[in-house]
Amino acid sequence: MANDYKLIDHAYDVVIVGAGGAGLRATLGMAAAGLSTACITKVFPTRSHTVAAQGGMSASLGNMGPDTWQWHMYDTIKGSDWLGDQDAIEYMCREAVPAVIELEHYGVPFSRTEEGKIYQRPFGGMTTNFGEGTAQRTCAAADRTGHAILHTLYQQSLKHKAEFFIEYFAIDLIMVDGVCRGVVALDLATGELHRFRAHTVVLATGGCGRAYFSATSAHTCTGDGGGMVARAGLPLQDMEFVQFHPTGIYGAGVLITVLITEGVRGEGGYLTNSDGERFMERYAPNAKDLASRDVVSRSMTVEINEGRGVGPNKDHIHLHLEHLGAEVIDERLPGISESAEIFAGVDVTREPIPVLPTVHYNMGGIPTNYQGEVVTLKDGDPDSVVPGLMSIGEAACVSVHGANRLGSNSLLDIVVFGRAAALRAAEIIEPGMPHKPLAVDACDGIIEHLDRIRNASGSTGTAQIRNEMQRDMQKHAAVFRTGDSMQEGVEKMDRIFASFDDVGLSDRGLIWNTDLVETLELENLLLQAQTTIQSALNRTESRGGHAREDYPERDDENWMKHTLSWVDSQGRVSFDYRPVHMYTLSDECEVVPPKKRVY
Amino acid sequence: MAEFTLPANSVVKQGKLLEAPEGSTNIRRFIVYRYDPDSGENPRTDTYEVDLDSCGPMVLDALLKIKDQMDSTLSLRRSCREGICGSCSMNIDGANTLACTQSIAAIKGDVRVYPLPHQPVIKDLVSDLTNFYAQYASIEPWMKTDTATPPDRERLQSREDREKLDGLYECILCACCSTSCPSYWWNSERYLGPAALLNAYRWIVDSRDEATGERLDELEDPFKLYRCHTIMNCTKVCPKGLNPAKAIAETKKLLVQRKM
Repeated sequence: MANDYKLIDHAYDVVIVGAGGAGLRATLGMAAAGLSTACITKVFPTRSHTVAAQGGMSASLGNMGPDTWQWHMYDTIKGSDWLGDQDAIEYMCREAVPAVIELEHYGVPFSRTEEGKIYQRPFGGMTTNFGEGTAQRTCAAADRTGHAILHTLYQQSLKHKAEFFIEYFAIDLIMVDGVCRGVVALDLATGELHRFRAHTVVLATGGCGRAYFSATSAHTCTGDGGGMVARAGLPLQDMEFVQFHPTGIYGAGVLITVLITEGVRGEGGYLTNSDGERFMERYAPNAKDLASRDVVSRSMTVEINEGRGVGPNKDHIHLHLEHLGAEVIDERLPGISESAEIFAGVDVTREPIPVLPTVHYNMGGIPTNYQGEVVTLKDGDPDSVVPGLMSIGEAACVSVHGANRLGSNSLLDIVVFGRAAALRAAEIIEPGMPHKPLAVDACDGIIEHLDRIRNASGSTGTAQIRNEMQRDMQKHAAVFRTGDSMQEGVEKMDRIFASFDDVGLSDRGLIWNTDLVETLELENLLLQAQTTIQSALNRTESRGGHAREDYPERDDENWMKHTLSWVDSQGRVSFDYRPVHMYTLSDECEVVPPKKRVY
Repeated sequence: MAEFTLPANSVVKQGKLLEAPEGSTNIRRFIVYRYDPDSGENPRTDTYEVDLDSCGPMVLDALLKIKDQMDSTLSLRRSCREGICGSCSMNIDGANTLACTQSIAAIKGDVRVYPLPHQPVIKDLVSDLTNFYAQYASIEPWMKTDTATPPDRERLQSREDREKLDGLYECILCACCSTSCPSYWWNSERYLGPAALLNAYRWIVDSRDEATGERLDELEDPFKLYRCHTIMNCTKVCPKGLNPAKAIAETKKLLVQRKM
């Protein structure tokens, strides 16, 4: 049967899967370093979900007032609720400054201050002097920063003549004796299979937000890299930590879930309940509406649960920016004005935006070190590098975000670690190194798997299974979690996972068969939904984005550790752990010991 | 002799009708262009009856409802579903736009959904944008400078200079503008079209870029630039409210000015 499929062969020094911010930054860095580089992407690069990032990218430039990367590092550690690896956080915050300057030199159209410097706005959890004041650290191009950065990185990739395989869907890693030797991908336009050999494969495939029903994530955020890693028998890390963004647009009776940037609150916007009260003052007396996202989302949920939601069903919250004035809104928040108008029919200069916490970001993902290399727990070594495999961006768990990511640290993450992966690849790979021959049957398993799905003729449609998974996750692995509810959710997810055996496709064509692609994506999502909800049930404490009503306190003694979860083809999940890195890379900063997290 | 009818294998046939489930209360008909290259058959239009009472407000919501619940063989591009990625550009109710920001309520009667005009169709609503992307790359859309950048600081740019990029940098490369332009339909192999020209102008007016003359030289060509006849379809359809026609006019103005 494997003989029925022709494989078209390619060989590169490095292959990057994904062309969002992280993938593009790695691609252009590796191409510029003289490595033969291919970037495989299932969407045209500028359509990747980085494009939807709005508020900005953090870096302690100090353009608006005093700032240091050590303050930024402290905020990120506190934001992570002490689950972030402090060596990696140090690296990210220190490299933030050269990274954003490099982007400006590439041509990103940042907004400017009166002196012509990059404009920086306040963002949640970003402070000065180790928690004392409010930092203005988030570098912005109006409220379209992700779009500006992604397009610029694509332009730089064109300049460096990087090779792209666009609208190719990566199916699986070629793993030989624990070493990644390449990747197999499907060309959507022809239905042909391509085998890419590489000394290093970089997974920059983004998050798996679409495991949930209500997410700001694009339809394409299906965690394909995480799925490939799970099928390769490698662990995922900290999957229970899913960020709910406080301000997704709540549409009139229908689910819209379009993002409204935290930058609105950075520019002075605030939330109110049905009493018109600025309730965040009660939950976070210092930071108020600029507390960390997990704190704001929980506070909003409590307000709604206690009957103080707004609207006829008292099921959402109001976000005000009317008082900012048309001029500030036009200059700094034009994109969300447009979104609010289109999706909620709201004129933001006159009335509040209806909002609701919405799934937004996966703190968890493929475990890596700060150089982008994928690690696993092997023979007692929790930092054992998987040869030939890297991961960056939302797909990865470095872990710089720990249990909760600060807003504007993700655009930073993708650029810094995209660059770090390129630097590391240039260190470990000689351009043009010969590839070891691959066994003739090295890809047979992958092809058989694809063939089985392509010809699946069960009675349950892909969309139906996906819908059931999304609703189960939404209900049982939400902002607040309890053991009983999650237990029920786990049992339902087991049944939903098993129902994939009965999946059926209608489209048997080769060319642009999105029925097939959506089914492959669903398989990736199902694996990650399993690890997410089971890791959440397994972790008996509350930390960052993981809030359990039955275990409301953080438990550093037992749980200051990363969850590693393996999921097999039957959906069975097993656990082990990695220690949190409580050390720094240099003596220019100090380890921040855990303390109570208040804003 | 000129042929004014479509070749026999391109005539769009009438396809199937899929009715809404019983008990539907608020039915709208979506007439959707279908082309299956594997089948060797002519393109057709299939008609789907969608119950709007259980559907989101945008045309994309309806198309995905059709794909999820009625006919999973329908192919289309989509991603962000909030008007920023540019994937779901298509021709809806006779005009190019993004399916994700086009409200169904704003359309009267049956909703006709076709791929972007005058591009090769790969399958159903998926058109081949290879030429469009190549034209974008051809304007060399990246920062060009001779002056060394400050080693550890950003370049300064005044707020006034930065403001000149507004209305230009927001382009999402959806191709709605270029594929709505009759001049582009005739000469798309030589005329760059509004999207590429808007992006060219974005770099021409960027105070940080130092290749203005070179960029203008490249555009001074009867086809690349001057096939724009100010028809203005581009500006009319841009789903981001940008004005490519103005950017083209400004470019033409600069070319005249530098001769004076």
